[in-house]
Amino acid sequence: MSNKSGSGAKTDILLEMRGLTIEGQADEQWHEIVHGIDIELRRGEVLGLIGESGAGKSTIGIAGMGYARPGCRIVGGSIVFDGIDLITASEETKRKLRGSRIAYVAQSAAASFNPAHKLIDQFTESPVQHGIKARIEAEADAKTLYRRLQLPDPDTIGYRYPHQVSGGQLQRAMTAMAMSCRPDLIVFDEPTTALDVTTQIEVLAAMKEVVRQFNTAAIYITHDLAVVAQMADRIMVLRHGHLVEEGRAHEIMARPKEDYTRQLIAVRTFRKESEGQNDAELPILKVENLSASYGGSGGLIVLKNIDFEIRRARTVAVVGESGSGKSTLARAITGLLPPLQGRVLYKGEELPPALARRGLDQLRRLQMIYQMPDTALNPRQRVRDIIGRPLGFYLGLKGAKQEGRIKELLEMIELEPKEFINRFPGELSGGQKQRICIARALAAEPELIICDEVTSALDQLVAEEILKLLQRLQDELHVSYMFITHDLATVKAIADEIVVMLQGEIVEQGAKQEILTPPHHAYTELLLSSVPEMDSGWLDSVLEKRKAIAAT
Amino acid sequence: MGNGVALLKLLRQAPWSARFGLFVIFLYVFMAVFAPVLTPYAETEIVGAEYEPWGEEFMLGTDNLGRDMLTRLFYGARNTIGIAFITTCLAFLIGAVGGFLAAVLGGWMDQVLARIVDVVMAIPALIFALLILTVVGTSVPALILVIAVLDSTRVFRLARAVAMNIVVMDFVEVARLRGEKLWWVIRKEVLPNALPPLVAEFGLRFCFVFLFLSALSFLGLGIQPPTADWGSMVRDNATLITFGDVTPLLPAGAIALLTVGVNFVVDWFLHKTSGLRDEQ
Repeated sequence: MSNKSGSGAKTDILLEMRGLTIEGQADEQWHEIVHGIDIELRRGEVLGLIGESGAGKSTIGIAGMGYARPGCRIVGGSIVFDGIDLITASEETKRKLRGSRIAYVAQSAAASFNPAHKLIDQFTESPVQHGIKARIEAEADAKTLYRRLQLPDPDTIGYRYPHQVSGGQLQRAMTAMAMSCRPDLIVFDEPTTALDVTTQIEVLAAMKEVVRQFNTAAIYITHDLAVVAQMADRIMVLRHGHLVEEGRAHEIMARPKEDYTRQLIAVRTFRKESEGQNDAELPILKVENLSASYGGSGGLIVLKNIDFEIRRARTVAVVGESGSGKSTLARAITGLLPPLQGRVLYKGEELPPALARRGLDQLRRLQMIYQMPDTALNPRQRVRDIIGRPLGFYLGLKGAKQEGRIKELLEMIELEPKEFINRFPGELSGGQKQRICIARALAAEPELIICDEVTSALDQLVAEEILKLLQRLQDELHVSYMFITHDLATVKAIADEIVVMLQGEIVEQGAKQEILTPPHHAYTELLLSSVPEMDSGWLDSVLEKRKAIAAT
Repeated sequence: MGNGVALLKLLRQAPWSARFGLFVIFLYVFMAVFAPVLTPYAETEIVGAEYEPWGEEFMLGTDNLGRDMLTRLFYGARNTIGIAFITTCLAFLIGAVGGFLAAVLGGWMDQVLARIVDVVMAIPALIFALLILTVVGTSVPALILVIAVLDSTRVFRLARAVAMNIVVMDFVEVARLRGEKLWWVIRKEVLPNALPPLVAEFGLRFCFVFLFLSALSFLGLGIQPPTADWGSMVRDNATLITFGDVTPLLPAGAIALLTVGVNFVVDWFLHKTSGLRDEQ
């Protein structure tokens, strides 16, 4: 992006934070979470803040609006926005700035819109409130912005309620809303993290376009370096509230100076070496002509004639965007949702469709790991009980034998047994929780583990560790994985075979090499080309390519 | 395992209101347990003239039949608190099990249980209780059972609502996928997570049962004479109020004090557990 807008008569620097120090409250004590960060933002410049969770990137971004979240307080440094000191400014002054000159786009648009009001009513609220535009002008402006953000039916979409538009559209409507007063600065707080890759690319393109057109300065907060490389002119890499590295986007991407930055860039380069499969063996799991619906035979059909198989010690990745039915497929296989028709064969033997009819041994061989380790672990049970239960339940291990096995399992997942065996889930980090979930699944000595988006709730570096762990366990124990994900980078890393799903049907399936080498099915092509790459020119080149294809 | 030490530490950190509440509860329990030792006379013994004033021989005077007021206050603690406690426990057993079943099983089970509860709740509790008690008689077991069943409807509502939020969690699905039996899921996965609001509710419910019991006694359908009971003690001696004597207010005050004490403790407990933290 070329934003050389510093030649105006006004001062060049829009936002300046010096020695910013912020404290957060935990256990009724204040801890420093941001340790003296300096930030300068020029007019029309896009600054990317990147780091894993706990890096303080959101806290810093929000501080740019002179605001600290509940449980946080700004204790030191200065924040000057266009000559106004936001730390000493009165609430009244700050309120006038917010919404009109500084705007905010949150991660979850669905949670940030008021579900009881139409989009356009929420759009017009701040320009009317700030006395910048009359209601009618604001409405006309909304339509213009909706059009610029490439929303479908820009003239009428504003009259819908938030639940009547898709997640990606909502996120763009939110960006339009932030633009409503033509602010000097927009803070984007992980605006595309909750979106599918195919939607993400549209939203990114729209945001980038509109920010460039209005020469708006922006702080773009994300944990995904590949995404920020598309949006930002300058990048600041943060960790534990400290600055790791700062520089022009393409420089950071091409020549990172710090180890940590290099790690972030190298993320997603992990690749499994896939060997040829052994066709002689009976597949562990075979799904035949499976269809399923919610609400009985008259209900909504979510799976149509699914056929695929998983062999021993192989990883089959099931890929698709949200709503493609991939999680429902897992529910049908496990018996949580008995299918309408079709069979699930386990080593050639048919599994009863309903969970209640399956035998203990059938249940044991098929385990599941979930997306959100927070809700997959009972907060009132200690690690010992969580892992110990399947040992006692399936294998009849008790007392010292059980204890010994729990310790073995903890070592297997690379957690120090003595330190972790008595902890509650609340005393573990996200990655550690997911490891405990893996140990719980392994405790049953399964032959197939269904992994439902197991890395999507984790930071990238942590996610990569988990993938490596899963791979190592597969090499040692020869378990098979059915890997449900929307993230193609994960697929590239871990899969042997790929099943691509769209609206409840399998579009394409085969060995990883086959699927990933052209020619692709049109939908697979769309998915593949939507994965952000570690290259600051990626977004523009993809958009140009798509335009060229659309033109022909 | 150092639980006693942890408890002591917890008590030392407790606010004054919680300590006061705990003190009141312990005092009452002490009174109830050691009533025969602490009192000068027997529970139903007539020891003097009717309505004797406070004095050396009868510290708080005598009642309408000439029984020692102080003695009956102590025994009243024993009877009323004992019955209220058993009733509340029973109400929680019925209500919580029903609520958890409805939430975990769902479907027709949920519908049937919830509709039964709706019907029972639609009828004012006091009138319903009076009706049933006049039919089945006012024996102590009947009293306990009737109040427990009526009160369990409120517990059912709470238990079901709390459990509903828990059964949608993945860890409950994990347990189901593992093949765990219904009872295990309820006991190990749902109950520990539903406990804090239920314990808080236990304290409040206990107060309500206590008041309900006293109200029934006051109306003559509760604990029957000659058994000492705070509710009927108020009624029997109510005439004294017209003479400016506060004696009949003593049992009423005892009820009020216990209610306040229990609520203080419940508030403290809710505050402690709201953060889902576990002291090591």
